[in-house]
Amino acid sequence: MEKRATFSNLWLAAALIAPQMLLIFVFFYWPSGEALYWALTLEPPFGGDNEWVGLLNFRTVFEDPKYWNSVRISITFAFFATTLSLGVAAVLALFVDRRLPGHQVYKFTFFLPYALAAPAVGLAFRFIFSPDAGFVSAVNRFYPDLWNPALDGYDAFALVVMAQAWTMVGYNFIFFLAALQSIPRTVNEASAIDGAGVLRRMWDIQLPLIAPTLFFLIVINITDSFVNSFGIIDIISGGGPARATDLMVYKIYTDGFQGKDYSLAAAQSIVLMVLIVVLTFVQFRYIERRVHYS
Amino acid sequence: MIERTPILDFLTHALLVLSFVALLMPMWIVFVAATHDFHTVNQVPMPLLPGGHFFENLAAAWERGNFGRVMVNSLVVALGITGGKIVIAALSAFSIVYFRYRLRMLMFWLIFITLMLPLEVRIVPTYAVAADALRPFQGMLDFAGFSVDLPEWNLLNSYSGLILPLIATATGTFLYRQFFLTVPDELTEAAKMDGAGPIRFFLEVLMPLSKTNMAALATIMFVWSWNQYLWPLLVVTDHQNYATATMQLQKIVPGPLFGEPPVWNVAMAANLIVMFPPVLVTILLQRWFVRGLIQTDK
Repeated sequence: MEKRATFSNLWLAAALIAPQMLLIFVFFYWPSGEALYWALTLEPPFGGDNEWVGLLNFRTVFEDPKYWNSVRISITFAFFATTLSLGVAAVLALFVDRRLPGHQVYKFTFFLPYALAAPAVGLAFRFIFSPDAGFVSAVNRFYPDLWNPALDGYDAFALVVMAQAWTMVGYNFIFFLAALQSIPRTVNEASAIDGAGVLRRMWDIQLPLIAPTLFFLIVINITDSFVNSFGIIDIISGGGPARATDLMVYKIYTDGFQGKDYSLAAAQSIVLMVLIVVLTFVQFRYIERRVHYS
Repeated sequence: MIERTPILDFLTHALLVLSFVALLMPMWIVFVAATHDFHTVNQVPMPLLPGGHFFENLAAAWERGNFGRVMVNSLVVALGITGGKIVIAALSAFSIVYFRYRLRMLMFWLIFITLMLPLEVRIVPTYAVAADALRPFQGMLDFAGFSVDLPEWNLLNSYSGLILPLIATATGTFLYRQFFLTVPDELTEAAKMDGAGPIRFFLEVLMPLSKTNMAALATIMFVWSWNQYLWPLLVVTDHQNYATATMQLQKIVPGPLFGEPPVWNVAMAANLIVMFPPVLVTILLQRWFVRGLIQTDK
């Protein structure tokens, strides 16, 4: 879309967009370029300029079983957290959209978790699911050591998945509900007259019509689980026990800032960047085409 | 409602009430834990009704987390980021939509691509830039063969370091661009005919019209900036003066295996303090928050 009526003062146009351009150059493009440079070079042990090493850092990363461990964990984490939160949110939205008396209350409360900071959610879940205090520890009364996220990797993993899914349920719920409400009532009424019951209409009419929203949310949720989970991991498990929750972003952070290995961290950043670019690309191209629009 | 389905209606209510309880349960437990004394909170199973030590715990948490100072820091940072984002997004969208120059689409795409570069994937080099904000320019000068030494501009341990790197906004720019594209051309023509220049048109026509957009963007960005965690953690080493509220949570967490027995009642009180501002904003500005969410991400 183009404007017919525009202004012609080009110096002003440049001045208006300059602050944004300056910021993205300094804080986005330069660092991303530098990440690439660091990924392809190594710092000599006794100072001096970085040495060009080609793909050595990438080879080091890809030959490290710890790295593949974190890739595997990130993908499993994304899968479970996304499925759980999207599933719950879709069911809730479908039933809230029936607009029975009192449905407004849910609209105002379900999305609240999304307003909370990831580390705050982490701290809350760490307490609630703590093995020796809090709420869930009662199960250990009946079966000692049944639940211990501080020692058992699976427990810790389940815990961070729940925390991540919990923060995203509200967000997904809002989008599903907005999509459901934009479906014309007449469609629903027509199929009711044809004899379709409530559940049948949800499955055959409403769900297919909100498919575009669903796919949009899948991409957002996966990206969020890669990126925003840092606060949750950092507070709940610190990547442990025994690297059971060592997500990719968390590993970049520990390698870069605790291990001080910038080249290794940069190489991992590049891989993650590529992954996110591919995801975004998939969102814009592939999915948009395959989804049925009304 | 189209038909009468008493059984299904009952099941719907049951499902929603149950999910309501399940979804808000974590918040309730945090609150209850913050109202008991040290001994009660460590009981298994913990009580599910509030006790009488709420204000005691709040005071202890406030003291221990240095919240008098860090809440102000968080507020300054969150308002700074929000204000900066709104101004920068409005200005660049105005430039892209209302002026016709050749690099316009290039600028638009340059802003668009930043969506794919979230802070978390470029933390290491962004940190290096924050340690010396003129580093990119020094790098360019070096590359071009000039031997000029720019001064060092260290952003670590400062408000500008906490604010500036988070201001650039692709989503905000889109939101404004979408909105500006819906403003009728006749309005611009009329303003021009009345002798208004671009700045006047921007300030007196576009800005008042975009108030609802601004409110939506401001709410969501405020919550987003308040909840920032990783970046402050890196930029701030002077915890006494520049720590933000979310950072304090890391200090309150008990060590995984060793150390003091966890003081959960105070930790949960601190958690409530950190959660309070964004929750308050989302509840009070519910409408704007939801609108902002749906518009900025779509």
